Amino acid sequence: MLQTSPAAPQSAELPKPILQLVGIRKTFGAFTAVENIDLDVREGEFLTIVGPSGSGKTTLLRMLAGMDTPSEGNITLHGQLINDVPPNKRPTCLVFQSLALFPHKSVGENIAFPLKVKGVDPAARKARALELMRVVRLPESYFDKNVMKCSGGERQRVALARALAYDPEVLFFDEPLSAIDYKLKKTLEKELKDLHRETGKTFIYITHSLEEAMVMSDRIGVMRAGRIVQIGTPEEIYGAPVDRFVCEFVGEVNTLKVTRGPDGAWQGVDVPGTFTLAPPRSGADLKEAFVVVRPEFMRILGPGESADNRLEGVVYNEYSLGSRIQYQVRVGAKVMLVELSRGRALPASADRKVTLGWDAADAFTLES
Amino acid sequence: MADLAIAPAREAAPESTAQLRHARMLSVGARCALPVALLLGIGFLAPLVAIFGYAFATPRSFDVFTSFTLANFATLFDTTNTVWLSFFWSCGLALLTVAILAVIAYPIAYGLNLVFGRWSALISVFFVFPLFVSENVRLYGWVLFFIKNGVLDGTLKWLGLSGGPEVLYTPGITLFGMVYTYLPFMLFPMTLGLALVPRDLVDAARDLGAGRLFIWREIELPLAMPGILIGMLLTFVLAIGATAEAKILGGQSIIVISHDIEIAFTYSQNWPLGSALAVLVTFFIGALTLFALSKLDLDRMLGRR
Repeated sequence: MLQTSPAAPQSAELPKPILQLVGIRKTFGAFTAVENIDLDVREGEFLTIVGPSGSGKTTLLRMLAGMDTPSEGNITLHGQLINDVPPNKRPTCLVFQSLALFPHKSVGENIAFPLKVKGVDPAARKARALELMRVVRLPESYFDKNVMKCSGGERQRVALARALAYDPEVLFFDEPLSAIDYKLKKTLEKELKDLHRETGKTFIYITHSLEEAMVMSDRIGVMRAGRIVQIGTPEEIYGAPVDRFVCEFVGEVNTLKVTRGPDGAWQGVDVPGTFTLAPPRSGADLKEAFVVVRPEFMRILGPGESADNRLEGVVYNEYSLGSRIQYQVRVGAKVMLVELSRGRALPASADRKVTLGWDAADAFTLES
Repeated sequence: MADLAIAPAREAAPESTAQLRHARMLSVGARCALPVALLLGIGFLAPLVAIFGYAFATPRSFDVFTSFTLANFATLFDTTNTVWLSFFWSCGLALLTVAILAVIAYPIAYGLNLVFGRWSALISVFFVFPLFVSENVRLYGWVLFFIKNGVLDGTLKWLGLSGGPEVLYTPGITLFGMVYTYLPFMLFPMTLGLALVPRDLVDAARDLGAGRLFIWREIELPLAMPGILIGMLLTFVLAIGATAEAKILGGQSIIVISHDIEIAFTYSQNWPLGSALAVLVTFFIGALTLFALSKLDLDRMLGRR
């Protein structure tokens, strides 16, 4: 009798991913848009893919939605291969960057469109559309309104309601908030997160704004040049970035290149001095490294104050960031950024010569 | 510095300031429009006024603007007059032309937009190219093609077959000629109309579960409608005034309304009758066009309002 190998123990513990990508690759002629992506999307999670324009995130999303087919690799939904399943046969729905609302249809007709496709009778369509309008906080009177007469925020809600009317298992978002003003964007981000919790559906969101991703996501994947360089919770992305790219993506940072001197101490390359570094996360024995310090962890040392690392510089610019103030400090040829809360701002008459300091534990030591 | 640059112009100007001020009574726009206005006045409006005047002149005379009678219209409105038959032929052929062209041009327009890719420009040129040759010459070309012992018939006989069908000088071939002649006038507005359908919307509809036919009916067709309707209007107006197809290919097996007008002006030397008929046809087509244009609200169709 043949011996059957026992099932891998961890597969029993982890919930099966709803959407699974294995070795996904997409090329357009000689150009590789997406390179070898493996990704498990958990059921009910809010996953955000962030990356600069051209990083392949929209191509990835189009493959997930079925508008492009991968050149290599497999996409499975509930364990079923869906590579070649057309978008209208997938239980997924995409909210377009342009929103792609039907301009010749009213708000109600737009929302009821997927129901009309399914052949739902007009009365039931209207009832469901009105229900969804309540969910996305659109007034009932908008049912017959021309969709092109709606404001930007209202159109977002129409697009969202229309996607929900399709009742998809997974909802995709392609930067739908990119053309919205800041204040409304903040409101809509929170509403979207509420909606995610209320509907319990899986959301996959694409944006170039990590700030947007931080607010809404359970997990964030950072994409660069067609690859996912890091994936994790917002805390992991913020607190333990894998490289300078991810660091810089989170916000403005101070980066110093350092090399190990003959005595084993870290020497600055661009600025003179010896630095104390936390060991790199990988634990590798490095000859060369980058120290990354966020402006909010950089301090201006008063007399008698101490820090693991010190730099002498001259303040030459300051910007108000609202609750905080950012100082640009010239250290040799380098410009360092320091952010202080308004309460701790430097007095206007203060000596523009300052001593910067940071502790090794507040900085990242990165290989690349 | 800017003052310096225009200073010489100011110095040269003083003696002509009075003239300048006089000229300024007309706005810049009006002055710019003057040449076109003159051209339209002489080339377009004047003949219309002349025709309108002739329509009320004594029958079979040239007493334009000096006599006034409704006799010409009375002759035309006599139900036994054959112009009514001509009129129905013209309308019927024009409507059929529009209907057939809509069906033929749509797939080509779709192809030019979405299928032919980089070949689109070349294929468009093939449709435009015949327009460089006079319509009459092209129609005689078709006569040579279909005539007994012509290209088609002769070739088939040479191959030992029974020869081509006798299609020349029938209403059917007239319709064929009209469809052939007016294809570009339907095709290009339609192509433009289809180009106006954002592909995003088609993708979105598909993503929301819609099949091809449903997308075509609910999204593509309504959004391409402005272009389609303009194409239809253009071909209808052109086709209702067509004469060459009925004369050359149709061999006068049917008489169209424009042919009647031509006969009145030439053989019968009855300019007032021809003018009256021309005025009636112009008013009919004009009213129809204005009605259609009033219904054709481009902004609303494109959802801009």
